[in-house]
Amino acid sequence: MKEERGEEEILKVLEENARISDREIARMLGIEVNEVKEIISKLERAGVIRKYKAVVNHEKAGIETVQALIDVKVSPERNTGYDSVAERISRFPEVKSVRLVSGEYDLSVLVSGKTMHEVAYFVAEKIAPLEQVRNTVTHFLLKTYKENGEIYEEEEKGERLAVTL
Amino acid sequence: MRTSSIADRVRQIRGSGIREFFDIAQRMEGAISLGVGEPDFVTPWSIREACIFSLEKGYTSYTSNWGLPELREAISDKIYKESGVYYEPEGEILITTGVSEAFDLALRAIVNPDDEVIIHEPTYVSYKPCTLFAGGTSVSIDTEVGDEFKLRAEKIEEKITEKTKAVVLNYPNNPTGATMRKKDLEEIADVVNEHDLIVISDEVYGKLTYEGEPTCFSSLNGMKERTILLNGFSKAYAMTGWRLGYATGNKEIIEAMMKIHQYIMLCAPITAQMAAVEALRCDDEVERMVSEYNRRRRLMVEGLTEIGLSCFEPKGAFYTFPSIANTGLTSEEFAKRLLFEEKVVVIPGSVFGDAGEGFIRCSYAVSQYEIEEALDRMSRFLEKHCVV
Repeated sequence: MKEERGEEEILKVLEENARISDREIARMLGIEVNEVKEIISKLERAGVIRKYKAVVNHEKAGIETVQALIDVKVSPERNTGYDSVAERISRFPEVKSVRLVSGEYDLSVLVSGKTMHEVAYFVAEKIAPLEQVRNTVTHFLLKTYKENGEIYEEEEKGERLAVTL
Repeated sequence: MRTSSIADRVRQIRGSGIREFFDIAQRMEGAISLGVGEPDFVTPWSIREACIFSLEKGYTSYTSNWGLPELREAISDKIYKESGVYYEPEGEILITTGVSEAFDLALRAIVNPDDEVIIHEPTYVSYKPCTLFAGGTSVSIDTEVGDEFKLRAEKIEEKITEKTKAVVLNYPNNPTGATMRKKDLEEIADVVNEHDLIVISDEVYGKLTYEGEPTCFSSLNGMKERTILLNGFSKAYAMTGWRLGYATGNKEIIEAMMKIHQYIMLCAPITAQMAAVEALRCDDEVERMVSEYNRRRRLMVEGLTEIGLSCFEPKGAFYTFPSIANTGLTSEEFAKRLLFEEKVVVIPGSVFGDAGEGFIRCSYAVSQYEIEEALDRMSRFLEKHCVV
């Protein structure tokens, strides 16, 4: 089999389960706990690991949230290109992600709020009026099937026999 | 009325009491099973999706007796890429209904009445009965934990008689997880050459090798002609239920196996064959599963050692084979008590031949959570039963 580098493998394990203990990781990789601690803190310091968060199915939790993907067309600025407007939009806490994309529009922005009205109002009040923004199109999200590599409605899995030789 | 209507040959297979225990284990609520012999991954989606597409397109017919030409070609490419041995898709590759069928065909193709077939123990449970069904006699060689369950050339030599026809090799091994180094296999190849034997090499766990690369037996000097190489999709691609395997070897033997196959099986199911073509394009998925197994392997070996069961480090398959000698129990007693007292299923080593007595087989093809929970329960159990 292909050998994996310690860092790469630790990231793989943590991306699957961020709550796993250092001791368990050490066992799984066949290295010392200290080494695991060192690698992880190095990755944290370098900003490779940004944060440890849960993937939450809000619908199941009964938490009403409304999310929308906003296509934003902007006029890039002379020195900073798309960066300054993208950073500006990123600072709003209502904005969950901002990505520069190729194609018909420039920025893909995910906005979250309590009601449709709140989200629509936010876009109209805070994003559309920005000087560099030429146009916005709002797509409200209706249902999430998969998020961050996790399928929400797990597929049925056949039962394995408890004993097979 | 005759005493029994069942053929002598079949009656020779002992229906052991262990089957009853397995029935209980299958049904017990809340049990954690380390008795599983198959991946806990579902077949990767791209493979399932290719299969569904083939059904939509109406691929529901028989295939050539040999199997789908594109599958044979893909297998030929894969073996060549991985081990440098070239098998012609026409005549040197036969697609079968699992390695199980391929193994049966291999024996029936080469074994004359009373020919001897050498089998290393502990062994996968099918090899000896299949030898018997084929009219041959199995000759066991014990492998030992002190030697990491490797089969030694000199041990084979000791057992060779003029009736010896074949040697069965199964590395990475079920039940021990043992693997062989190339050097040790080369020594076996020399013996095989010298005594004009055939090797049936079941390499179904080959992809699940955690240190170094597996050695394909037919890649060794002069062994392509003498090896019936068996492999399949069950373990590496998580496709146990699809029942698909293949045999490769010299034209004469594969042709003979094909003669039997065409009358008893006709062909392997087309649906599974279509899926297998896609499977051979899924190396990334296999790698992902193998590295996950490797992490679980380390968890299991460390864990077993920590709770007081000595366990050699298996380098292949997805089994550990710890010794239970310090409990003073037989492997069957151990497994039964562990099930009834702590609801953990393990397989008594004795099921895999006398050489397996004193050991249990614990599979790590289960989730990390299940490994840890099972180890906790076993630890409690051992505190009660460790007598030595």
